[in-house]
Amino acid sequence: MTLLDVKDLKVSFETHDGIVRAVNGLDIQLEAGETLGIVGESGSGKSQAVLGMIGLLAANGRAEGTVMFKDRDLLSLSKADMNHVRGNEISMIFQDPMTSLNPHMRISRQMAEVLQLHKGIGFAEARNKAIEMLDAVKIPDARRRVDMYPHEFSGGMRQRVMIAMSLLCEPDLLIADEPTTALDVTVQAQIVSLLAELKRDFNTAIILITHDLGVVAGVCDKVLVMYGGEIMESAAINDIFYHAAHPYTQGLLHSVPRLDNIDAKQLHAIPGNPPNLLHLPEGCPFNDRCEQVFDRCKHEKPHLHDIGSAHSKACHLESLP
Amino acid sequence: MTDQLLTVNDLHVHFSVPGKGILGRSRILKAVNGVNFDLRPGETLGVVGESGCGKSTLARAILGLVKAAGGSVVLSGEELVGQSLKQLRDKREHMQVIFQDPLASLDPRMTVGQIIAEPLTTFYPKLSRDDVRARVKNIMSKVGLLPNLINRYPHEFSGGQCQRIGIARALILKPKLIICDEPVSALDVSIQAQIINLLMEIQNEMGLSLIFIAHDLSVVRHISQRVLVMYLGRVVEISDRDTLYENPRHPYTRALIDAVPIPDPVKERSKQSRLLGGDLPSPLNLPSGCPFRTRCPSATDICAIEEPQLREIETGVQVACHAVD
Repeated sequence: MTLLDVKDLKVSFETHDGIVRAVNGLDIQLEAGETLGIVGESGSGKSQAVLGMIGLLAANGRAEGTVMFKDRDLLSLSKADMNHVRGNEISMIFQDPMTSLNPHMRISRQMAEVLQLHKGIGFAEARNKAIEMLDAVKIPDARRRVDMYPHEFSGGMRQRVMIAMSLLCEPDLLIADEPTTALDVTVQAQIVSLLAELKRDFNTAIILITHDLGVVAGVCDKVLVMYGGEIMESAAINDIFYHAAHPYTQGLLHSVPRLDNIDAKQLHAIPGNPPNLLHLPEGCPFNDRCEQVFDRCKHEKPHLHDIGSAHSKACHLESLP
Repeated sequence: MTDQLLTVNDLHVHFSVPGKGILGRSRILKAVNGVNFDLRPGETLGVVGESGCGKSTLARAILGLVKAAGGSVVLSGEELVGQSLKQLRDKREHMQVIFQDPLASLDPRMTVGQIIAEPLTTFYPKLSRDDVRARVKNIMSKVGLLPNLINRYPHEFSGGQCQRIGIARALILKPKLIICDEPVSALDVSIQAQIINLLMEIQNEMGLSLIFIAHDLSVVRHISQRVLVMYLGRVVEISDRDTLYENPRHPYTRALIDAVPIPDPVKERSKQSRLLGGDLPSPLNLPSGCPFRTRCPSATDICAIEEPQLREIETGVQVACHAVD
């Protein structure tokens, strides 16, 4: 059975300037133990899509569509039921580990709280479980450090604490929103290898939101490329990197300098600016930055269609992958 | 030595950190601890290292934005350390800076034209308004901004465009040196490439020297001719770009390069990288001997006793490590 089956997810916000459509019809299928990467720039809707799925949108936000998780539609659950799913069956890790931990609480209490709430066990037992989990994410001297406050940890260690906390209830799905963006490369490499181990040891499905294609290349099984609230391309990991079919995906891949390719004299930048969701162009949202744009792109929105096995794109260009 | 634009010699920057409690003695944090390097005209020097290694403090010390505790900074034959603020200000005409956060480094209540013109009107108050305006418009088109946007305010621009405004402001005095402190790390990847290309173009055209500080080693490799690696306030390796990336000598440099993920699934997954364990030690409580020894895979007894000095092991390659011959 598919663990997560999202159909036609739409997320919109009511603002003073009118309705902003952050996500426009998103489909995701994810099996247990699979890792999905969602790639896109700011304003692509990648974060709002997952926040919409698990009911964490801002007060003026609205999510529509169906989000089947196991056998329930998350969008139709009551607040109380949703609270039981979050942190228990689905966990989330955010970009900035400092602002997602409570600075007034010892790590032991913050972590135990999760277990006390979801599993109904006592503090002492929960604290022991927390120590075990901190050990599992390789925090040295976990027994002593569990009683420290968040500010006593370094950035990388805090992100480990977040990961440990999110795994306490052994969730089926872990959502990580830019988990390594705030970290140094050496620490990023540690966290990425930790995520890969978790996937192996706990068979956790992971949704990894990032703009770092290198991180995606290392851990993901399949990738969604988003732009302006829509999926531009969706494919298995190798197809995205070696047979990218959408001009935006190709542009992204060519615009990053690579340590393994030093011949490039000039980076291939994508012209223009990231999309403004209030003023998306008519037709394809990428048409004002696309170098292969033609007439049809400007008035007809391309739909996501299959171009190979498990490989689809939303682009009018006929391409041979 | 006369052909160097900038020579930094044994530069130290210390901060005083209050001790614990009322009676606690304040302690000295050595953010930059004896840094030496030089920079030729027209050259780009990349500076890399983890957060907290002192790379931004180094930049601020060169600019005179923090006071150096010792050492010397010589720009075009003139000593900058120990100068009065007024004397320093005259020198700053030749060195400008571009900051990381493009929007936060622009005054929200000034128009783009005022922001870009400010260095010019500060140094040349006698310039006519028309002349200033013409120069601002000229520099705007050079950095890829439409000159007719001159009366707009910073909030009306995207992050990439704000960074272009910052670059225009740095360029208007035609400086000899621009220090770029993480100029692209706050930008989206597609915009990053635009800004990097712009910086490289302008450098070629104007013959500028750049000190390019970044934590992204791929970006640094792309833009620099030489690269300096810092760890806990010290230079651990400085060398030509290709030598450094293809044959890193210091174990820390090697670990940094190994940790960079490559956007290629087959290569990335077959990579045999040794992960660097642990975190940066506290700069208030440095390990004895080599500061890197607590995380170093090839540390031996001598590393705990004696601090390795930066020495030239072949032309253009300087390393501070006991294990390197």
